[in-house]
Amino acid sequence: MRTSVPSSGTTAARGALLVAFLLAAATACGAAGSPPARGPQPGELPHYAVAEGFSLPSSSTWRSAHRRGKLTVGVKEDQPGMGEKNPATGEYTGFDVEIAKMMAASLGFDPDEQITYKAIASANRETALQNGQIDYYVGTYTINEGRKKLVGFAGPYYIAGQRLLVRQDEKHLKGPQDMAGRKICSAVGSTPLQRIESDYPRAVAVAYDSYAICVDNLLNDQVDAVTTDDTILLGYAAKDPAHLKVVGRAFSEEPYGIGVPRQDRALARALDKALTARERNGDWKRAYEATLGLSGRPAPKPPRIDPSLTR
Amino acid sequence: MSLSALSPKRAPATGQAAPSALYDVPGPRARARHLVYGVVASLALLALAAWVIHLLVDTGQFAYVKWRPFGYVGVQELLLRGLGNTLKAFALAAVLALALGAVLAAGRLSEHRLLRWGSTLLVEFFRAMPVLVMIFFVFVALQVPALPALVTGLTLYNGSVLAEVFRSGVNSVDRGQREAAYALGMRKTQVMVHVLVPQAVRAMLPTIISQLVVALKDTSLGFLITYEEFLHAGRLIAINMDYTMPFIPVVMVVSAIYIGLCMLLSWFANWVARRERGNVKNEAVPVAPAEAASTMPGTRM
Amino acid sequence: MDVLTENFSLYGEGFWGTVKLTVYSSLLALGVGVVMAGFRVAPVRALRVVGTTWVTVLRNTPLTLLFFAMLLGLPRFGVALPFELFAVLALGCYTSSFICEAVRSGINTVPVGQGEAARSLGMTFGQTLGTVVLPQAFRSVIAPIGSTLIALAKNSAIAGSFSVVELLSTYKTLSENGYSVVWSFVWIALGYLILTLAISALFHVLERRWGVPR
Repeated sequence: MRTSVPSSGTTAARGALLVAFLLAAATACGAAGSPPARGPQPGELPHYAVAEGFSLPSSSTWRSAHRRGKLTVGVKEDQPGMGEKNPATGEYTGFDVEIAKMMAASLGFDPDEQITYKAIASANRETALQNGQIDYYVGTYTINEGRKKLVGFAGPYYIAGQRLLVRQDEKHLKGPQDMAGRKICSAVGSTPLQRIESDYPRAVAVAYDSYAICVDNLLNDQVDAVTTDDTILLGYAAKDPAHLKVVGRAFSEEPYGIGVPRQDRALARALDKALTARERNGDWKRAYEATLGLSGRPAPKPPRIDPSLTR
Repeated sequence: MSLSALSPKRAPATGQAAPSALYDVPGPRARARHLVYGVVASLALLALAAWVIHLLVDTGQFAYVKWRPFGYVGVQELLLRGLGNTLKAFALAAVLALALGAVLAAGRLSEHRLLRWGSTLLVEFFRAMPVLVMIFFVFVALQVPALPALVTGLTLYNGSVLAEVFRSGVNSVDRGQREAAYALGMRKTQVMVHVLVPQAVRAMLPTIISQLVVALKDTSLGFLITYEEFLHAGRLIAINMDYTMPFIPVVMVVSAIYIGLCMLLSWFANWVARRERGNVKNEAVPVAPAEAASTMPGTRM
Repeated sequence: MDVLTENFSLYGEGFWGTVKLTVYSSLLALGVGVVMAGFRVAPVRALRVVGTTWVTVLRNTPLTLLFFAMLLGLPRFGVALPFELFAVLALGCYTSSFICEAVRSGINTVPVGQGEAARSLGMTFGQTLGTVVLPQAFRSVIAPIGSTLIALAKNSAIAGSFSVVELLSTYKTLSENGYSVVWSFVWIALGYLILTLAISALFHVLERRWGVPR
């Protein structure tokens, strides 16, 4: 213990000062409200007629929600255009959120007053439905065999497909056939990425932690395209239609369903009925146009409800 | 940080004048040589810093739009809420870990063989397991919500480490203290509570605080089970397209605050350690250097 | 039991992933740690500042934050590394600060006479450090380095949450395939026990052969 080393106590003190300063600076001055948000605007969203005197005594989920006077709905918080939480205001917007709202209205709950949103990450969806943390889940939830064993589904309410998001000035990349030698970005470990790697070996697959990083790199010319479900891509394009567009035919089919507790068939059937009604009276289309439609892509025809899901 | 505790004050602080195994007191030529090395190293450092700053400026990281989100009350509240959740998990884990540590240490020091073996088994098992495995087990297998799962994992791990700290603290108290207490007719519990534990805690305080730094750092594991802590709040801002996706600014702000908090706590541990060393009353008790519990999870075999 | 026998290759892959992460990160941590320790005892002030800053900052950085910062920050500069490499970088740099402190405290245990003798033979600073002081320093810190590397092996579990194939993340595949989660975790825990005990045994052997009391 001989060498002389400068005491680092002072370094710590300086660090502490810095923290104090940052905290003080953060709390001392701040503009009210939130930074301007692009994409779906809360003021321009459709309103859904609440079903008066609706009752569903055969559904245990509905009964307990009715007793509480509130529905708890699981959504995504980080998917622009589908389910996104405004960090500053805490408001949720997006197509999935609109579906959640119109379903609540059909179940007799006021969408503006009687919904508690709960952000649930993809990995925890089944758990949240199984142990009753949420009444139903609307969040880019693809119906598949494995999940059907764990949870119940209503819908599908949208058929998504894997497509490409490119820059608005992109001339050559028009679909999966043009991907050879181009940098195609997706989230690490995701199904869309695996599809690119196995089916299109000539494309240069780039994997990042989240789609946001892919989109940032797309806007900064580091990659040539982002690929995943077109819903997610349309959500980003809706935020910045001047610079981004979704191209190509879909090269996969992902039916999105509303997740419900597995044993509650009555709820799933009620949601199916509600979806059919909302598709017929134009609410579904209005919801699309106020959210994903901002990307410039017109509303597709809503998919047919799959009755085998609730049998 | 805990560095100054590792290298106690010696030799007047005349820069490099102290002789060591590595070099003598430098003469004029060595001093000149060191000056040259120093200048070259400083220039290299400056060049590195300049390159990094150039890279940041070049990619527009200091642009107003990238930093604007932090100016809004809503965003600040989100960050503060996240920080509050981090501190809440830390406070719960710290209190429970201290309690569990005390119980397990008492078990290991017990005269009942079964109790001793049981506590030893628990302590050894929880120290050998990655804390994240415990957190995931509680979260996934037992389907417990994120905060209790995080706190349980942190408590089991840090409690076991603290149990060892307490135990070695009690054992480090001079034997004469114990013997004198028994000679006065104190019962076992009295000896423990009135004589051994107060001295042990005093001696071990820096180590205990160092272990709490580990707990504070590990609260960030809550991010991985979607507990809405500080990193979660930061990520929400970073990936937001309305805020021009300010990845680097968020990383800068979040790191500065997180690292600052940990440094503050480490610095407190050192301050206590220095104060204890200077305290004459403690001379009989060998003070554990902060190094004994390095701020790394489970650095003891 | 079925969970293990029916998914042996999955567990094997995960275990092998953890072993690889541990080995590569250990090598990086030892390399960087020794260099930083050298900086911290160097006669040049600028180098000491570098070493001290490196250690102070990294020791007080949560490992999750380091992963977070690397995965979010580096891609912005067009860095697209395989995630295994990100993980090795984060784990290696983090652990290097603890290795550095262990080595430095070892250097401080080497008697002054050793260095004086080396210098009287005309050795330079580099020679003194490399051939006289460090070999002795290492022998006195075998145990602390061992426990640091055990901690590294345990910390590598974090990489699983960032899409790296390793032991802990195998539970996801297993639960998707409908296996009992509790039993999956029992075997995962056993895997980590085996790994940490193996490192511990290795360093006990090293300690017995080369160790000197500090």
